[in-house]
Amino acid sequence: MAKMMYRDAVRSTIFEAMERDDRVVVLGEDVVGGMGTAGGPEAIGGIWATSTGLYDRFGPDRVIDTPISESAIVGAAGGLALAGKKPIAELMFADFIGVSLDQIWNQIAKFRYMFGGKSTCPAIIRMAYGGGFNAAAQHSQSVHHFLTAMPGLKVVMPSTPEDVRGLLREALRGDDPVIFLEHKALYGVTGEVPDGDWTIPFGHARLTRAGQDLTLVATGLMVGRCEAAADALAKDGIGCDVLDLRTTSPLDEEAILDSVEVTGRLVVVDEAPQRCSLATDISALVAQKAFASLKAPIEMVCAPHSPVPFALELEQAYLPSAGKIEAAARKVLGYR
Amino acid sequence: MQLSREQMLQAYRRMKIIREFEERLHIEIATGAIAGFTHLYCGQEAVAVGVCEHLDTDDKIVSTHRGHGHCLAKGCDVDGMMKEIWGSREGLCKGKGGSMHIADVDVGMLGANGIVGAGAPIAVGAALAAKLDGKGKVSITFSGDGACNQGTTFEAMNMAVVTKAPCIFVFENNHYSEHTGFEYAVGTQLDIASRAEAFGMKVWRADGTDFFAVHETMRDLLVYVRAGHGPAAVEFDTERFFGHFEGDPQRYRGEGELDRIRETRDCLKKFRASVVSAKLLTDADIDAIDAEVLSQIDAAVDAARAAPRPTPEDVLADVYVAY
Ligand SMILES: Cc1ncc(C[n+]2csc(CCOP(=O)(O)OP(=O)(O)O)c2C)c(N)n1
Ligand SMILES: [Mg+2]
Repeated sequence: MAKMMYRDAVRSTIFEAMERDDRVVVLGEDVVGGMGTAGGPEAIGGIWATSTGLYDRFGPDRVIDTPISESAIVGAAGGLALAGKKPIAELMFADFIGVSLDQIWNQIAKFRYMFGGKSTCPAIIRMAYGGGFNAAAQHSQSVHHFLTAMPGLKVVMPSTPEDVRGLLREALRGDDPVIFLEHKALYGVTGEVPDGDWTIPFGHARLTRAGQDLTLVATGLMVGRCEAAADALAKDGIGCDVLDLRTTSPLDEEAILDSVEVTGRLVVVDEAPQRCSLATDISALVAQKAFASLKAPIEMVCAPHSPVPFALELEQAYLPSAGKIEAAARKVLGYR
Repeated sequence: MQLSREQMLQAYRRMKIIREFEERLHIEIATGAIAGFTHLYCGQEAVAVGVCEHLDTDDKIVSTHRGHGHCLAKGCDVDGMMKEIWGSREGLCKGKGGSMHIADVDVGMLGANGIVGAGAPIAVGAALAAKLDGKGKVSITFSGDGACNQGTTFEAMNMAVVTKAPCIFVFENNHYSEHTGFEYAVGTQLDIASRAEAFGMKVWRADGTDFFAVHETMRDLLVYVRAGHGPAAVEFDTERFFGHFEGDPQRYRGEGELDRIRETRDCLKKFRASVVSAKLLTDADIDAIDAEVLSQIDAAVDAARAAPRPTPEDVLADVYVAY
């Protein structure tokens, strides 16, 4: 067992994979940091410090610092994967995915199916998403909802250092493109990471709080906020299941349905705006498959239907908070 | 062609406003007064001002993440910008945008931009609009040495050539994109202008720390573009005095590099030295502006601090449909 930060779990898991498998290569902007400068390679070591030390150990052929060219970065990851390598591309901020969307959506997501199952595309595309830094409309967004809607992609959203380790290992063992979404507000969070050679299979939610009265479903940063709401409710004797989905594609439908069948009440929390979101997707699932268990209408706590605003007060009001989750829970509990 | 005394005083004032605006932000950010990511333009003032002094409000510019200088040079309100950076509801963008998204279409400033390379295609569009209007107006995109590697920039250059859009690609080569050196990331290892040339544009090059060189270069370039010859590009060699963003440890810099560029490549110092030695302006003229600008910036900061904060209801202002 080792205690480590979320960002160190990313870095050390990549490091370990590169040691074990020389097909693993890393590429992205400033993943080395300092190329072509007086300070030299590794002067900075990645803006999230998730690639620090990789270049020194594995060199320029396997740790590829790229120009600012997201479309080419993702496309090259696709080509590397088709040609038998295991690329881990970093997009820095998830918002930059817009520049590379064709390569994700029309290319890497579709190769295996479109080529009649004859190819694999084990490309991992990592990126930092989410709000909380007053980084405004183009550096704060959540992107999981529209990526989850794309057939062919696996979408992973670790919320703890342990999950980073287990899910990234699983991604590296697979044959399919994986979108690996790291919440930038979690990079500094510390947690226990067990030793040994284990992984976390995709499509297995984690129950982080157990209770009989209400089900809270979330991903990423929102998991902690659900836990805070659940802890507040527990003081009033209300028990919540808190489900951390861990992967949104594949989705652990069973865990959600099993929980709602017991509690009969559901609050889904999503950092993205509600329309066509993970929250509406899960609500539809439950309405369709656990209708008879529901004791109250489902509540969704999501971002408003607007870009992410800059000012402190505006972003605070924008993001789902423990308080809003608790209020939604009480509304559901108070129904009839 | 000689600039008039008034023109020189105005250009210096504009550069000084940018400088002091930025130097002050550097301090305020360190104390935690300002949230978010801020990229300071300090060091590159001669480019923004040398370009924008030739423009009127009907000419458009599109900026970058390092946009304060372009905004100020194009005529965005100092107080409105300061309030925006502070996140006030009285800011130029009502606190919605912050440092990276300052815009004021009323003065022809079509936005700073958080997405590197996003500006060039937008500038082509504005140039096509100018062409349709037929009044000899132009559209300018500012790009860095990093942004010049983005496919969007390439596409925009070619499209501007093909459509003969009165679009000007201003490349500010400050030798770094984030923490990466220009020599590494720009494959030609030569310059950026030669790339634009390869797309079929007439190009210029000048020292971006010399206001007069920038100003003169732009005069020639604008005569060419306004005459309807289509797009043009210019590369200015310049320096950034602070980190990529505030908080950057800058370990990629060489020993003594910052002191050296502050000493020998400071466009304000160079401006003063050249106008005083040529007896065009006096030290006293310039000192007077320095003092005025300092108090203007003090007042802007005081106003920003005191300005009303947004309220939660403001989140859904300017949204055409809310759910
Ligand atoms: C599409 C996109 N990719 C990456 C970034 C992160 N980023 C912000 S500024 C920057 C470097 C830009 O360098 P340059 O164009 O030279 O401008 P400078 O910072 O020197 O003004 C990078 C990589 C971004 N904001 N948008
Ligand atoms: Mg640069």
